[in-house]
Amino acid sequence: MNLLQQLEKEQIERHIATRPIPVFRPGDTLKVSLKIIEGTRERVQNFEGVCIARKNGAMNSSFTVRKMSHGEGVERVFPLHSPLIEAIEVLRRGDVRRAKLYYLRGRTGKSARIPEKVTQRPPKGSAIIAKATPAAAPAEA
Amino acid sequence: MRTGLIAEKLGMMRIFTETGEHVPVTVLKIDNCQVVNVKTKERDGYTALQLGVGAAKIKNTSKPMRGHYAIAKVEPKKHMREFRVCDDAVVAIGAQLLPSHFVVGQFVDVVGKSLGKGFAGAMKRHNFHGLRASHGVSLTHRSHGSTGNRTDPGKVFKNKKMAGQLGAERVTVQNLRVVSTDDERGLIFVKGPVPGHKGSYLYVSDAFKRQLPESAPYPAACIMPQASAQEVQQVASPVQETEQ
Repeated sequence: MNLLQQLEKEQIERHIATRPIPVFRPGDTLKVSLKIIEGTRERVQNFEGVCIARKNGAMNSSFTVRKMSHGEGVERVFPLHSPLIEAIEVLRRGDVRRAKLYYLRGRTGKSARIPEKVTQRPPKGSAIIAKATPAAAPAEA
Repeated sequence: MRTGLIAEKLGMMRIFTETGEHVPVTVLKIDNCQVVNVKTKERDGYTALQLGVGAAKIKNTSKPMRGHYAIAKVEPKKHMREFRVCDDAVVAIGAQLLPSHFVVGQFVDVVGKSLGKGFAGAMKRHNFHGLRASHGVSLTHRSHGSTGNRTDPGKVFKNKKMAGQLGAERVTVQNLRVVSTDDERGLIFVKGPVPGHKGSYLYVSDAFKRQLPESAPYPAACIMPQASAQEVQQVASPVQETEQ
């Protein structure tokens, strides 16, 4: 690990300590709470939709959320470690077989649905997160 | 005028500020940057600090240079450079300069050698448009076209923009903001890109066109040679360790 990777790792660890990131993957329905600063006032705005892509790259990690707003498709790309994201909540786990769900872009209504994942096992990787952040463990279990 | 520092480019990363802003930064490493020699007005006609950085193998250091380092009582250096300073900004020989020489928020100029692109055509080197894709143009779509008139000047004017070597030249980037510094690891975080490849040496100095903040340490932020002399003594007495 070179020094640059070390610096990024430290920054990510500092960030995860303040805001844990839940386990989620493409196909999951998310509620992303964003801090919006209007002059001196600060408020929280929610963006709710389907995660259609995740990009991994240490500090440069990001995820894309797509939703239908007034019949128009809206996509937003969030940096995973942005301090402006107050919370990420997983509302529903989807059962998909692709890492990038760009095929949803051409679809609306019935064909754009994603079946819900029915599984007995906890999602992959949740055990690691639960160990790292005991506070978030009950929510995950 | 304060001295600058010699830094090694480590690469770029991103930093999020507390307000959520994303800042692209270049990480510069100050690897044991020491004063090797001081040029004085009386002896040399000008005042400057000769700085050295990194660590060179002794077997790869020439005998005259070994003598030069021995006078300063510093380890052989990988890279050296002089920085012109004012008469009152002279730092003692052997002093180790620290990244906190630059205060957070101040502006710096960075000098480096840009990435070499080799022999490049006029389109890449001077942003020419090239010739047309059709309408009778054959085999010369990326050429620079005409280079002058007819019999009247009868020559190509000097400094005509043509193909040639691009990059691998000395480049100065002015007014880069210092985002943070780290003395323990010897790092400076500068906003924005700087010339050169990773591992290349850069010369970082106070911005020429900006006011130096009053909080900046004058003449320099450094560890004085006494501290390094103790380290040298420790290195020079390894007999105790072998006995144990």
